[in-house]
Amino acid sequence: MSDDFESTNLFEQQEANRRRTRWLVIAFIAFFAWLGFGGDWILYELTRGAPPNAYRHAFPWFGIVLTTFAAILAAFSWKTGPSRVLWSAGAREIETPNGDVETRLVNVVEEMAIASGIPRPRIWLIGDADPNAFATGLDAEHAHIAVTDGLLATCTRDELQAVIAHEMGHVKNLDVRLMTFLAALVGAVALMSDGMGRMLRGGVRFGAFTGGGRSRGKRDNLGPLVLVLLVLWLLSWLIAPFVTRLLALGVSRKREFLADAMSAQFTRNPLALASALEKIEHADAPTTSIKRGSAHLCIADPLGRQSSLREGKLADFFGTHPPMALRVARLRAMGYQEKKRLGESLEAMA
Amino acid sequence: MAFIALLVVLAIVVFWLIGAYNKLIGLKNQVANAWKQIDVQLKRRHDLIPNLVNTVKGAMQFERETLEAVVAARNQAIKVQQTPGVSVSQTAAAESQLTGALSRLLAVVESYPDLKATGNVAQLQEELTSTENKIAFARQLYNDTATQYNTKQQQFPTNLVSGMAGASPAELWEITDVAERAVPNVDLSFGSTPPRTTA
Repeated sequence: MSDDFESTNLFEQQEANRRRTRWLVIAFIAFFAWLGFGGDWILYELTRGAPPNAYRHAFPWFGIVLTTFAAILAAFSWKTGPSRVLWSAGAREIETPNGDVETRLVNVVEEMAIASGIPRPRIWLIGDADPNAFATGLDAEHAHIAVTDGLLATCTRDELQAVIAHEMGHVKNLDVRLMTFLAALVGAVALMSDGMGRMLRGGVRFGAFTGGGRSRGKRDNLGPLVLVLLVLWLLSWLIAPFVTRLLALGVSRKREFLADAMSAQFTRNPLALASALEKIEHADAPTTSIKRGSAHLCIADPLGRQSSLREGKLADFFGTHPPMALRVARLRAMGYQEKKRLGESLEAMA
Repeated sequence: MAFIALLVVLAIVVFWLIGAYNKLIGLKNQVANAWKQIDVQLKRRHDLIPNLVNTVKGAMQFERETLEAVVAARNQAIKVQQTPGVSVSQTAAAESQLTGALSRLLAVVESYPDLKATGNVAQLQEELTSTENKIAFARQLYNDTATQYNTKQQQFPTNLVSGMAGASPAELWEITDVAERAVPNVDLSFGSTPPRTTA
């Protein structure tokens, strides 16, 4: 019965991830449409009372251009998301394993691919001494798993297996699709907003400089609606990167618990993941190779670990990951339950 | 009016029938696929053993019986695997013999530090550990999928189409050997673990 429950749970999670990705695409394009057509509308209102031979903004150029741009950007992010995430982390692919450590990694990934019943993902190595790992890709058939050198050096075989199983959980859940896409969008929006912010600041200064002595009569018939619209529109440009980053936060925390549980299901060894997480937590150097934009993909927060240490409102709000102590405690509880269930045979052996 | 209502009900029933039938067929194929995974890994294990035995033979003159037990169990397992229409329990029994013999051999290898230091043996050990794990995980996947399939075909109302879909309960791979159930992994990365004493 529990297997049936698990499979429906998995199916629901996959469906939820597909749906959320779709909504993300729609929201992304709609947001750009608002930026474009909103600007057009404001310009239309501003130039409506202009004299016949002056410029009148009648055709919504900005809207059409920005919406097209957003659609192309989304398609581009979708296509190149996984490779960009891997590229930004400086990962190199292991095609033929070289040496014992890489062989062990490839073997462990193959084992977990069998346990989770999905094709073997491509394996990447990041030259960073801090232990960390992430998975990326758009579906289970085209997934990638990347680990740092530090992870291979600090973890035992069982612990490595548990970490890889956690990443396989993300792949199987289709978490990777939503999270990779989000990483690509966070990067794109941050870049664009920086540029636009610069242009706006320049533009406002320019406007203040030249528009100071305009006729008073026109300003009166502008109306409050246009002013509100203008403020909203300018705010949208400024908060865009903040909103996408908040999305990245909210999206990743709950699914870490779920991936931990799936790791336990694949390896039947929750205690190994608990000890791996503790090792990752106590290696306190930040993972410098992994940038902010893809932080939510990792097994442990690659930036500061302060927020993942404490539990509380602030930590809950700003961490991309749930408090590590809580994750470890949940895994320990799973492990002890299993031990209790197998208690008789274990005692008989001892 | 009543005729249309009847048609609608009939259409719903037909759609449900198709859905349930396809679900069962899908699960049946998944079970077959999971079994194929096990088969591949078992074959790999059988292929690895001669290598291992040849490598450790020279250094382990005193452990003849251990080595012979592994070779015998391997030959038996291959014979069973190649028998057409062999049942899951027969395969499971033969393979658990081999698992037992192998883990005894690997425990013995632990007590020969010189042998372990040879690069070749370390590599073979990793290969064997990985293959053992793969077999265990493939078995886990097979059992999970088969349980799901069995549950589905017995549940009401799917059981009404079980016969039509040619569904019959899939046999689970039971772990018969108590010793194997307690120590399923052959992970030798912890040097401090004392060799198992169960025979």
